[in-house]
Amino acid sequence: MDAFKSLIIILMSSVLVNNYVLSRFLGICPFLGVSKKLNQAVGMGIAVTLVMVVATAVTWPIQHYILNVFDLGYMQTIVFILVIASLVQLTEMMLKRYIPALHKSLGVYLPLITTNCAVLGVTIDNITEHNFNFVESLVNSLGCGLGFLLAMVLFSGVRSRINDSEIPESFKGLPATLIAASFVSLAFFGFAGVVDKLFA
Amino acid sequence: MTGILIAFAVVAVIGLICAVLLALAAHFLSVPEDENVQQIRDCLPGANCGACGYAGCDEYAKAVAAGEAATNLCIPGADAVAAEVAGIMGTEAMDVVEMIAHVRCNGTCTATDTFADYQGIRSCAAMSMIYGGPNVCKYGCLGCGDCAAVCPNDAICVIDGVARINAKKCIGCGLCAKNCPKGIIEIIPQISTVAVACSNLEKGAVARKKCKNACIGCKKCELGCEQKAITVQNNVAVIDYDKCNGCNKCAENCPTKCIKTLVG
Repeated sequence: MDAFKSLIIILMSSVLVNNYVLSRFLGICPFLGVSKKLNQAVGMGIAVTLVMVVATAVTWPIQHYILNVFDLGYMQTIVFILVIASLVQLTEMMLKRYIPALHKSLGVYLPLITTNCAVLGVTIDNITEHNFNFVESLVNSLGCGLGFLLAMVLFSGVRSRINDSEIPESFKGLPATLIAASFVSLAFFGFAGVVDKLFA
Repeated sequence: MTGILIAFAVVAVIGLICAVLLALAAHFLSVPEDENVQQIRDCLPGANCGACGYAGCDEYAKAVAAGEAATNLCIPGADAVAAEVAGIMGTEAMDVVEMIAHVRCNGTCTATDTFADYQGIRSCAAMSMIYGGPNVCKYGCLGCGDCAAVCPNDAICVIDGVARINAKKCIGCGLCAKNCPKGIIEIIPQISTVAVACSNLEKGAVARKKCKNACIGCKKCELGCEQKAITVQNNVAVIDYDKCNGCNKCAENCPTKCIKTLVG
């Protein structure tokens, strides 16, 4: 039961407290680029979640059974980027084959997951910062992906409101978007400390 | 020494495994593309100018193959490309109306003047934001060559402060017209013999004071035109190229010579 509870805590804290986009400011490029329309934002969020979980499932064993064994911890970044890039390519092929509509609407942002720092950040954090075991790593990655999805969905809502409102000329476009993003980010800081107390 | 060898080997092996996986996936998950798309794409010029109304040659090829677009929309490619595309699609070849760009301004350095000395970025877009540019005529060419910069075929150069189109090089893509902040470049049929070289909408006397080559809206061209192809609208002459038969009378009658005879 304790193990289950700790997994829930990991999941909730990675979705809400340590939200990768809004609290740690990783993966801002797709966050600003694809959040214009809700369906695209959801598609991108799901794609990132998928890549994060699969990437963790592959990189965790690589770190523990290959890099650590050969004492190659310093090669972590390069190897992880290599693996993640291949995985994204694989995901793109699968999407193109099975969900062509989503593939078309994601457009250039799908290959951009290759260099999405959120994906690399999650896989490295699992190992170096949290020192999670395999299952905990997977749960954490899932949480981070869901957090990304949540941020994308919330922000696409905010952006559709921005589009409908009258903004001073100098703030139109990116400035208004960035200010709105900072507000959403501030709102997420309100979750700090909530999760620990919830399950205490 | 062994350390670097092991690192090298490990990364190479991981890379190799990824490569093999991707190659397998590319083989088994590949989506068969319409082979017409590739064929059509190959015979298009590849300038990605957007004159057809699509985002580029790739998009146009896809639209044609899907039957959504006509086969004669590629203006730079002209009849030859249209015939090839129609051949691939198995339809009858349609004529392309070849177009050419024309700058509706003749405000050369000697004909008009500036009211201020502009020292900012050398770009028409930037210039036109400050009081509409330093020229006394608010409608005329700014002469910084934003159009020349976007021209895919180097067909535009700025001479005497006015952009000039090289008719031999112009492919009629219309990129210059889209990028002119004053909107004074018009895309006209290549067979046209006359064109109005002024965009000033002010009354004749005011326009004339600002520029010696301005259209003064005297309507001499309108009265002399048997086809009723040229009319004065908002104090400037406008030619309806569907009606114009190229008799050249308007150019001969024009007192300020703002209607130009096009050569070649």
